[in-house]
Amino acid sequence: MKDDLYELLLEGLGQTLYMVFWSSIFAILLGLALGISVVVTERGGILPAPAVHKVIGTFINTVRSLPFIILIVLLLPLSRLIVGTSLGPTAAIVSLSIAAAPFLARIIENSLKEVDTGKIEAAKAIGASPFTIIFRVLIPEALPALIRGLTIAVIAITEFTAVAGAIGAGGLGSLAIRFGYQRFREDILFATVLIIILLVQSIQWTGDYTAKRIERKRFKMD
Amino acid sequence: MITVEGLSKSYNTVQGSIQVLDNIQLNVRKGDIFGIIGFSGAGKSTLIRCLNRLEEPDTGRILIGDEEITALKGAALRKARQKIGMIFQQFNLLDAKTVYQNVAFPLEVGGYDKAHIRTRVREILDLVQLSDKENSYPSQLSGGQKQRVGIARALANDPTVLLSDEATSALDPETTYSILELLKDINRQLGLTILLITHELDVLQHICNQMAVIEKGRIVETGTVDKLFFNPESQTAQRFINIIHQYQSRRFAVEGVGAGI
Ligand SMILES: Nc1ncnc2c1ncn2[C@@H]1O[C@H](COP(=O)(O)OP(=O)(O)OP(=O)(O)O)[C@@H](O)[C@H]1O
Ligand SMILES: [Mg+2]
Repeated sequence: MKDDLYELLLEGLGQTLYMVFWSSIFAILLGLALGISVVVTERGGILPAPAVHKVIGTFINTVRSLPFIILIVLLLPLSRLIVGTSLGPTAAIVSLSIAAAPFLARIIENSLKEVDTGKIEAAKAIGASPFTIIFRVLIPEALPALIRGLTIAVIAITEFTAVAGAIGAGGLGSLAIRFGYQRFREDILFATVLIIILLVQSIQWTGDYTAKRIERKRFKMD
Repeated sequence: MITVEGLSKSYNTVQGSIQVLDNIQLNVRKGDIFGIIGFSGAGKSTLIRCLNRLEEPDTGRILIGDEEITALKGAALRKARQKIGMIFQQFNLLDAKTVYQNVAFPLEVGGYDKAHIRTRVREILDLVQLSDKENSYPSQLSGGQKQRVGIARALANDPTVLLSDEATSALDPETTYSILELLKDINRQLGLTILLITHELDVLQHICNQMAVIEKGRIVETGTVDKLFFNPESQTAQRFINIIHQYQSRRFAVEGVGAGI
């Protein structure tokens, strides 16, 4: 009777990793695009465009103000349009990416804003283009902060995948609900909880380690 | 080399518009080390930042070399900026890049190939005596070393002028002296025109041959540095000279007591 445990867990973990990985990639790309745009279009920014700034800001705030579970439901038709179904891990990636992107945008915005304006002025003064300033100054200078922020976001996405499991996304979240909650399989419930904890810990550890390594390289005293 | 005609600039604040630069005229000849001195808030930074359009002037014309800076925009302005070196009070080095990469950055922006960049960076690091630090990060350097990197970065692309916004104000006197000597050397060796702003009379005295005094956004006095010391005309110049005299007389008094014991 308990022989199915490993198989179920393995499948659930596989689906969760799949969702976390691709949702994070897409959410980070969308978040970077939104976050960079909102920073550079600010008044006095690298490419000032107050109207664009306002539009993007409002969009981010609107999406962020919706509870995640409602957002997923709202995005179901979109999933159906893009991947042909609103069920399963692949469909969940669409909702997860879009739902997490505005959150990432704000985190990225905050990290980029920490970069000293003097550095940006120095880059302007040597004749660097806005594109060069964004990719050769702004992002590299903010990198440790960006990585710390992205770590928080990927952990949030991991939590989101568990929630998405409740409405048919699959993964460890749905395992916990389908078996642990509905069929009283406490072994599965505890095992999924344990795996999610370990997953979150290892994401946090990887993020901290990477950020620290960069900082140590840049700020070590020799 | 640098000509400024009728330059004005005001800022809009909540209290209304404040005029920071008022009809500035300046003429800096090739090879000069030209100092602009003034008290805090006089508009020095605003003026020097208008020269490479980090700040947008309201009216007026700026010519650097044979380039009319105020007529440029977009890519043409960026191209012109490549030939205007600038150094800053807070150095503004990139923490993510090594000394080498910081100095190479303007050359990469200028589109040079790797081999040329390597030769040029080594050459310029040699000039500022930092050859042994090329793989260090800015955080591993002293203030004086950081400013040398700043100078190397500003000179890398072989500019026609060097702008300096209080480049020594964050440094101790000895380091200030060594940086000023370096600027003097560069001026002599490369014939580079230098425009610097300062609120320290010592800096003016040490390396400038020409100067202008700025007071509440107006140039109130120009001429040789000697003239400023021997015949200060403007209120600002007189205040600066008075401060020096007060220091000196106080020192005489202290030394006098010492001699008496
Ligand atoms: N962005 C801005 N908005 C509004 N006012 C400004 C702005 N920048 C500068 N000012 C004002 O312009 C005046 C001149 O400033 P500026 O920085 O040019 O002075 P400064 O001579 O360089 O002074 P300091 O020696 O303290 O650096 C000051 O009164 C300042 O408050
Ligand atoms: Mg200033």
